[in-house]
Amino acid sequence: MSVLTVGRQASATAAARPNYRARAMWKEGLCMLLGLVLVVWTLAPIYNMVMVALEAHNDVFTDAIWPPDPSLHSFWVVFTQGYWYLEYFWHQYENSVYIGFWTVFLTLGIGSMVSYSIGRMRIRHGWLLTNAALLTYLVPASFLAIPFYRMMQSYGLGNNVWSIIAVEVTFATPYAIFIFQQYGRSIPFELDEAARIDGASPIQVYFRIYLPLMAPALVAVGTYALLLAWNEYLYQFLLLSDKRSMTVPVALAQFLNSDESPWNYMMATAIVYAIPPVIVYYLFRGRMTAGLTMGGVKG
Amino acid sequence: MTTALFEGARSTIAPRSRLRSLRGGLQGSEYAWAIAFCIPYVAVFIAFVVFPVLFGLWLGHSPSLYVQLFNDPIYQTTVVNTILYLVIGVNLKMFLALLLSGFFMRKGWWVKGLLMIYVLPWAVPALPTFISIHWMLNTQWGLINNVLWTVSGIDGPGWLDTSRWLALGSVIVTYIWKNMPFWTVILLAGRMAIPQELYEAAGVDGATGIKRFVHVSFPLLANLYLVCTLLSTIFTLGDFNTVYFITGGGPALSTHVLATLGIRDAFELANPQLGVAAVLSALPLMIPLVMTLMHKLRTSEVQL
Repeated sequence: MSVLTVGRQASATAAARPNYRARAMWKEGLCMLLGLVLVVWTLAPIYNMVMVALEAHNDVFTDAIWPPDPSLHSFWVVFTQGYWYLEYFWHQYENSVYIGFWTVFLTLGIGSMVSYSIGRMRIRHGWLLTNAALLTYLVPASFLAIPFYRMMQSYGLGNNVWSIIAVEVTFATPYAIFIFQQYGRSIPFELDEAARIDGASPIQVYFRIYLPLMAPALVAVGTYALLLAWNEYLYQFLLLSDKRSMTVPVALAQFLNSDESPWNYMMATAIVYAIPPVIVYYLFRGRMTAGLTMGGVKG
Repeated sequence: MTTALFEGARSTIAPRSRLRSLRGGLQGSEYAWAIAFCIPYVAVFIAFVVFPVLFGLWLGHSPSLYVQLFNDPIYQTTVVNTILYLVIGVNLKMFLALLLSGFFMRKGWWVKGLLMIYVLPWAVPALPTFISIHWMLNTQWGLINNVLWTVSGIDGPGWLDTSRWLALGSVIVTYIWKNMPFWTVILLAGRMAIPQELYEAAGVDGATGIKRFVHVSFPLLANLYLVCTLLSTIFTLGDFNTVYFITGGGPALSTHVLATLGIRDAFELANPQLGVAAVLSALPLMIPLVMTLMHKLRTSEVQL
């Protein structure tokens, strides 16, 4: 109480000072300037992407800093697959969506099942699995790429999107296990017990009680898994080389290697590829941030 | 404490119960279900983590590979690059993220709106933006040199194809652009968890501005900051995309990092053993980091 009154008195004396308002405005102005710098810094590469996509091929190779004659022609070319590099664009897009969908589905399924077993059924030595997950989380995916490639070749899974789904699920599940275990602690055990007494089997408890109550965590992890699969390039590049089995990022990066790179088509492709995850991200932003900082700092 | 008590109690009860305690208190069919629920994850872990790790260790087990590697001048450059990338990139990014998380604590509608824009680099997939930045840095037609020319009439330098330091600098700046928003959001959440009363009390004691940051915010954020830095170091060590798409290792193979050099050796030079050896040579750095983090993540409250 006394703290509050002292604080009020302090601010009252500060307000009484004549230059207080001027100082506050000066500070606000500085902050706005910093904000402006941040906007320019953040949006510059995205502006460049949009600008080049709106330019005609010849205008790309000029020193213009905005499109002299903006048109949506490049997007039209991408949508109609009207360039030899973009021959299988929609097919490749479908591959990306397919990989994204199965990665999300399997990550949620496998992650929630093992978390249910460790956290709710309290299987003995469950901590071993938690540690295995933690260790996987800390191993950079790119470090396993070479053995993984050889392994997939010997399994005969080269050029198969399922090899990619396997990778994405492997590296997304550890995160899923953490979040599910953390979140699961907030669900009272009495619910499980009551259901068991009523004669529900573990699998019924899993489907009827555990999964519905875990919905927020499922959304957070699902978004994470989708963005992970959408962002990943190295494994897709190594394992998918056939034009029909390839995904959009692999096809896009192939443009880079050609001499007369059609930058306007590349940027249009890049934008079309980038839009779905951005929408998903903004839709589930709150949940995802909560998931990433779950537990937080209990200072 | 309680678990120790339970253990003691268990050892004295009947054999049937001991069997139960072995199964974590689960009965027959329930135990089977609990095992069944773990099988998919265990299968994924063995097939796609344990097996590739062992296979990788086997591929890179020959000492002669490391002799070959250490005598390679490109490898020596790569090690220096990796260290610079980790030390400068990660720390600069984390420090800026720490400062900016303080900025985003400000109240007001425009700060909230700004945060929405600011997280965009993290939400947009890596590859499209990296390709865009690659083109921005083009000497002749890139946006950066075009702006320099339009504004001041200076011919900008060849960012990616003349000097190793300019190219490496470009990689680090791109890396910061892409990853800073994520860590800012994490540190922002850490700051939000600090009770407001602490700041009020500190204010009464006369701590404002820098003093408040040094004596109140930072000590409370220090643990989170450390864990984030370590975690980010590991993630960055495995970062392939940034270097691959910004410089591609050039000019003259002078900006490779271990993650890209390993892939180059394995696939462009068709020498997987050497590639694996390049990656494995990061283990002396990796192992202490992973051990510290495993300990920290398990014991402290910080969780990502």
